[in-house]
Amino acid sequence: MQKTKSSEALKGIVRHQLFIPVLALLILAVFNLIADPNFFKITLGYNSVGDPVLSGYLVTILDYGSEVAILAIGMTLVTAASGGQDISVGAAIAIAGSVILRVLCGNPNELLEGLQAPIIVAFLVACVVAMLFGAFNGVLVACFKIQPMVATLILYTAGRSIAAWINNNTLPIVTDTSFTYIGGFIPGIPVPTPFFVALACMLVIALVMKFTNLRLYTQAVGINESSSKLNGLNPVLIKILSFVILGLCVAVVGLIKVSRLSTINYSVVAKDIEMDAILAVALGGNALSGGKFNMTASILGAYVIQFLTTTLYKFNVQADALPAYKAVVIIMLVVMSAPSVKEKVASLSKKLKSNSQTKEVA
Amino acid sequence: MKNIHKSFPGVRALQAVDFTLCEGEIHALMGENGAGKSTLIKVLTGVYEKDEGQIFVEGKDKAVAIRSPQEAQKLGISTVYQEITLCPNLSVAENMYIGRTDGLCENWKKMNADADKILQSLDIPAKATQQLASCSIAVQQMVAIARAVDMDCKVLILDEPTSSLDDQEVEKLFGLMRDLKARGVGIIFVTHFLDQVYEVCDKITVLRDGKLVGEYEIKDLPRVQLVSKMLGKDLDDMSDIKSDQAAYDKADASTAVFETEGLASDAGIKPFDFYIHKGEVNGFTGLLGSGRSECVRAIFGADRVISGSVKKNGKVVKISKPLDAMKNGIAYLPEDRKVDGIVGDLSVRDNIILALQVLEGFFKPFSKAEANKFADEYIKLLGIKTASADTPIKSLSGGNQQKVILARWLLTHPEYLILDEPTRGIDVGTKVEIQKLVLKLASEGMSVTFISSELDEMLRTCSRLVVMRDRKVVGELSGDDLTQSKVMNTIAGGDK
Amino acid sequence: MKRKLLSVILATAMVATMLVGCGAKEEAAAPAPAAEEEAPAAEEEAPAAEAEAPAASGELIKVGIINNDPNESGYRTANDKDLKEMFTEANGYEASFAYSLKNDEQITAAQKFIQDGVDYLLLSAADTAGWDSVLKDAQDAGISVILFDRTIDADPSLYEASIVSDMAKEGQTAVDWLKGQNLSEYKIIHLQGVMGSAAQQGRTAAVDEAVASDGWTLVTQQTAEWNAEKAQQIVQSVIDSGESFNVIYAENDDMAKGAVAALDKANISHGVGKDVVVMGFDCNKWALEELLAQNWNYDGQCNPFQASYIDDIIKTLESGGTIAEKTIIMEEKGFDASTITQDDVDKYGI
Repeated sequence: MQKTKSSEALKGIVRHQLFIPVLALLILAVFNLIADPNFFKITLGYNSVGDPVLSGYLVTILDYGSEVAILAIGMTLVTAASGGQDISVGAAIAIAGSVILRVLCGNPNELLEGLQAPIIVAFLVACVVAMLFGAFNGVLVACFKIQPMVATLILYTAGRSIAAWINNNTLPIVTDTSFTYIGGFIPGIPVPTPFFVALACMLVIALVMKFTNLRLYTQAVGINESSSKLNGLNPVLIKILSFVILGLCVAVVGLIKVSRLSTINYSVVAKDIEMDAILAVALGGNALSGGKFNMTASILGAYVIQFLTTTLYKFNVQADALPAYKAVVIIMLVVMSAPSVKEKVASLSKKLKSNSQTKEVA
Repeated sequence: MKNIHKSFPGVRALQAVDFTLCEGEIHALMGENGAGKSTLIKVLTGVYEKDEGQIFVEGKDKAVAIRSPQEAQKLGISTVYQEITLCPNLSVAENMYIGRTDGLCENWKKMNADADKILQSLDIPAKATQQLASCSIAVQQMVAIARAVDMDCKVLILDEPTSSLDDQEVEKLFGLMRDLKARGVGIIFVTHFLDQVYEVCDKITVLRDGKLVGEYEIKDLPRVQLVSKMLGKDLDDMSDIKSDQAAYDKADASTAVFETEGLASDAGIKPFDFYIHKGEVNGFTGLLGSGRSECVRAIFGADRVISGSVKKNGKVVKISKPLDAMKNGIAYLPEDRKVDGIVGDLSVRDNIILALQVLEGFFKPFSKAEANKFADEYIKLLGIKTASADTPIKSLSGGNQQKVILARWLLTHPEYLILDEPTRGIDVGTKVEIQKLVLKLASEGMSVTFISSELDEMLRTCSRLVVMRDRKVVGELSGDDLTQSKVMNTIAGGDK
Repeated sequence: MKRKLLSVILATAMVATMLVGCGAKEEAAAPAPAAEEEAPAAEEEAPAAEAEAPAASGELIKVGIINNDPNESGYRTANDKDLKEMFTEANGYEASFAYSLKNDEQITAAQKFIQDGVDYLLLSAADTAGWDSVLKDAQDAGISVILFDRTIDADPSLYEASIVSDMAKEGQTAVDWLKGQNLSEYKIIHLQGVMGSAAQQGRTAAVDEAVASDGWTLVTQQTAEWNAEKAQQIVQSVIDSGESFNVIYAENDDMAKGAVAALDKANISHGVGKDVVVMGFDCNKWALEELLAQNWNYDGQCNPFQASYIDDIIKTLESGGTIAEKTIIMEEKGFDASTITQDDVDKYGI
């Protein structure tokens, strides 16, 4: 009796959506532990300005994984509501970043020292712009019923040119040091700021989910649009909303990106980050065809991906080979979540169990 | 083909079921929803793999293995499912021949000609080159049958083929079935319609809760007994309901709660006038495609209204989308449960609270406790059979899904409840339950419009029937005029 | 019906994209070179300009310039700006520009220029292959072709001259400079560009050679694909691993910048007389300013200013002279932080 209970509990864990990302995380952690325990070493040092900073692979993961985690929030909603993915995220980040630079540095043709506007203003303008572009994608998807990947292909293609145009193709540099805190460290706090930004985003989305019907509406629209309509929902609006929220996430990541180097390169900034965000959603066990979603799993998935990326860097895997490794992970995930494979695994485990039971009887 | 025998001990879905089908017989497979009919069929056609048991074909001693639908087809077993499984965006001929042509290159001309020949011989009103989606559901169903017929099947399985056909089409189908029977084809016929069983079948096998109840010759099993065998108890049949009828005769006849004036939608119905009183149960009737559903969809704002108005308590209300209707106290249970009703992956709980949550608005979500309270209350009230409120609705049986949708709308406490085919494709027990519930709600003051393809169901529940023909309201019957023959006459456009 | 509608919408969307894309490019290109604004001014005074210009042949020389998209990089922007400043009516030219990163579009543009009857076709090809027939057409039409920045796989007789940077030489100059620093040990983080590109191959070759001959250590040799963020992550990874290094050899300025950001985070000093030597390429203005501030040590030039070379060639040809050498390699400098001046920054920064 005790035995069946524990096996039931085990089954529950295996079925839980967090199982895959947690398992992936454990596998990576164990792998690194065996290969080089130094991976987990965290040291407290000081940066060149003299502020205390933590460093080590884990801190790097928290730092860079946070960008993907923020995007994963928006991408999860878009995936759930529209049953497709936004591939224009990287280009949109370039646009948001460019807007921030434009507002902070002023007219690109005149070289001006210092900030031309408060950081918060630049950020808010970037939010508005990014949300507008999100709404543009949303309208294409929701009103014109274009497949999301195809619809966002437009911005994916044009976005980086638009970003370059915003600053007249110049690359302004923000000279104010306080601006670097967002992508680096706040003096006195040794944990990278992007992680706090990500935490804030998670908190906000958690509150939104608690105090609004976002989750229910989004899932209902994603699962059965026609039924949602007859229940008084407006699927068009909800899909657009999901893209707008993703736009907001994009603006936040754009801010971090600009802050990291005080400038960005429009053609390469946040390159392929959309793939990481989509992978995070998939790794979180969310169906890429939309419907039900688990936000926590997506966010965890984002950090797992960064864990993988950092591990690959550590082992000196060529950077241009990284996508290939990620592709392997995607294939494994897709295969694992395929219904036929699931069935096979279930029947296999059943067989194993019955075998062990007969043994016990014997 | 002589014998198919199989048994499956140990599984919940099917436990030790035997089934025998002889050459040239029409064999009804009966049982409530969730009794295991569909599972049995899917095992036979290789969709599911059986856990235990054997299948024998044509009286041979050796059991055959059917591991995939293709293998089943090779053995001459063809199926027409309850839900249409054809490709709507291919042509009729392509649908008939898809997956069974010899090479990659097909002779389109020949294929179309062959298809036309078969369609003609079966008297199916479709052209080979027509896109399937442009045919009515009934014709699509018949194309599926034509496909099966053309595959020289020895065993034809018809899973609820008549649920979306009107009487004429059903007759045509029965003619076809008899024809096939004469040619020696064994037919397994799954349906909820008792009349049809007695009209066309030779034998009945009854399943209940995944177990075999028994196999009977049709003449040895009167209806009442069949029903009681399916339910496992004596049905307190329809007579009971009649006594409730008194309740809504008292309906407040002074003013209409809702009325429409010249309402028409882009779904193609002619402008119609309609009214309903407080506590009244009325209904739209007519043949399939006569515009019954379109009328109520127009009232609910589900289709775009192009003219006319809806009045509530004498005042015009603007209803341009479902949410407007909901805010005015109208609830609508749609005709197609699977497409328009359930939100498949969501839990029973979320499905129940959905409409109310939409009404409450974006910023007022229920707490977990509230949601659970609502869900539990209605699960109990309607006797919804589900493992828990967390179970995804798609894993429930059809009847229980329908109850969940009903619960969803009752939770919004509507003044006016529109039920479009609430009893389609669900078992007899639930049907009666729903009819009783309708009458009870009406007696409590709710106005209900009830639409059903089964006329006797309508006659039992409704005090007034609006009759439709060719997308137009052609008559209204109430009181003593509510008889089967009068309604039929009006539908047919006879003496009235 | 629905599908048709969708395809119509899609097609519209595609057109819209192109418009957006083109619009962006045009607008980006238009205001960028301030010098261009002078051009229309010169146009207004056309009679006066023309009166001066005919000094050489009495007429404007028509040139068709096919270049890569100026948005591609800072290098390209500077290159485009340089060309636009050179080929003005004031200098005796009537120039038409066409931009594309795609070979076939460039070829189409070339055919159009040939039809328009330009005198010279200036070409920076997106791809090395596929140019033979169109260049033959140009030759038949009596048009001289001058390649700049990039060479092509075609018979040299099809073009008059090719003005290019020698990436291998750039690398060699940088490595020679590094050797000259006489560090006690060389432990290098080598950040490569997009693998297979000419710049990457040239700039990598010199390092590989020195590693083999001088016993230098490569702590890591990784492609960061010209991307600052990737460079930052790679260097961060080396720092996290605790391995020591004293040289960062980045094949462009962006990557050097990313590397420096990682160094700053870990409080590793860099620049003149500090722990880590930082090297970059391309001579962006901001990069040269870093040199001036002693934060970086070296920046190798990749000269985008081909216009004056082209001008010389055209003048020579017009006056009936011949070009001695078909392939002209531009002079390219390497800047050392200890010797760089503000003048250098202003003059060579792009």
